[in-house]
Amino acid sequence: MSSHSPAPAIGLRFESVSKRFGTFTALRGLTLEISPGEFVALLGHNGAGKTTLLRIASQLMHPSSGAVTFVSQNGTVSPDQARRLVGLVAHSTLLYDDFSAVENLKLFARLYSLDHAEERVAQALESCGLGWRATSPVRTFSRGMRQRLALARALLHSPGLLLLDEPAAGLDRQGLAWLGTTLARLRGDGCTVIMSTHARNESLELATRAVNLSGGRIDRDSGSGGDPRPLLSSLREEA
Amino acid sequence: MTTPHAAWILLTKELRLELRTRELLNATIVFSLIVVVLFSFAFDPTAAEARRYGPGLLWIAFLFAGSLMLNPSFAREQANDTLDALRLAPVPPFALVLGKMLANFLFLAIAECVLVPVFSILYNVSLAGIVWRLIVVLFLGDAGLVITGTVFSAVSAHARMRELLLPLLLLPILAPLLIAAVEATASLFADPPALDRTWLSVLAGFDVVFLTASWILCDYLLEE
Repeated sequence: MSSHSPAPAIGLRFESVSKRFGTFTALRGLTLEISPGEFVALLGHNGAGKTTLLRIASQLMHPSSGAVTFVSQNGTVSPDQARRLVGLVAHSTLLYDDFSAVENLKLFARLYSLDHAEERVAQALESCGLGWRATSPVRTFSRGMRQRLALARALLHSPGLLLLDEPAAGLDRQGLAWLGTTLARLRGDGCTVIMSTHARNESLELATRAVNLSGGRIDRDSGSGGDPRPLLSSLREEA
Repeated sequence: MTTPHAAWILLTKELRLELRTRELLNATIVFSLIVVVLFSFAFDPTAAEARRYGPGLLWIAFLFAGSLMLNPSFAREQANDTLDALRLAPVPPFALVLGKMLANFLFLAIAECVLVPVFSILYNVSLAGIVWRLIVVLFLGDAGLVITGTVFSAVSAHARMRELLLPLLLLPILAPLLIAAVEATASLFADPPALDRTWLSVLAGFDVVFLTASWILCDYLLEE
């Protein structure tokens, strides 16, 4: 996405995290430790708690109980420091439809106080294949183009922790190939990735760990440093 | 990043977005002009009556204009959850609210630049000699209106019936501000005109209290 050096990878520690929405409990005392540099595939049926977990990890949502701690190779990272190091691709694009692609990226480059912002924005647009539509309003983009731009926005500040909520949604074959290449590069750079997806996503081959959620709890976990392939195969068969 | 710098970035974003869509200004100016023009036909006031009822009418028009403008302020961030993108950025939460407040203040001021001269002509109220003092009253009154309005726009943005909820929350809170603004404007329209420092102090006090409260509570305002 960009030639700028990636931020130091950060990991996460969820300790007995619960999240309630009125009478509905989305997460039930979840405990999970994700080391810096891990590529975690977060799986589970609809309503299993994947999106809630990612929103808590991004600090957009506070847990009802329990604690979330950000960690790096050098120790604990404060929530304020972590904010600068987190990138999120959510269900929505988080983009302004009335702004062009370049205006959207420039706005976020300014908010993240990025050096060489113009250069980074141009690189990001070229990398996601939208350079030719840089000045077109986002509202004129197809779903797949918006998704590419959403990922470009999330990667603009070279995050050390990337949270992806169904990133393949709306992407065509070419888009999926681009997503796979981008994720492979991020894994090579040592960026921590947590990707919520379904069991048949091709990008799962990149995962170094698989975690399956069910009813707001961890149902199965291939473990840190373990082989995620048996669990992924088993989940594919169940799907 | 400092709060003023982040607020400036967000203010320029709001202005650019408004220039692109012209959603807020067009509706606000047209609606408030209709109010002022309709009242002038309904009452056909003499100069003395205009001085008596004008301040109330003027602030009702500003209130309606403000309500129209403030409702979409946070609601239009809902379209693609863009407020989430702003909350993810490493900027102080108060900067998000302050950027919106400054933009709303500017939009309301632009609407008033159109509305006040029209009011002056239709109601035969001479503004000669009181323009600068009127600007002081409008500045303090508008500040109170947009500070509270922006805060409640953030509160009501997630609600299902936000169009109804905002006026319900806002109008009772604004009562002291509106009374002070109307009284301060009335003393300017009186013969001889005077700048009532008591009502100005009430306006300034209201602004300071609500701006401080929004600064303290901004984390909770923006939370889901």
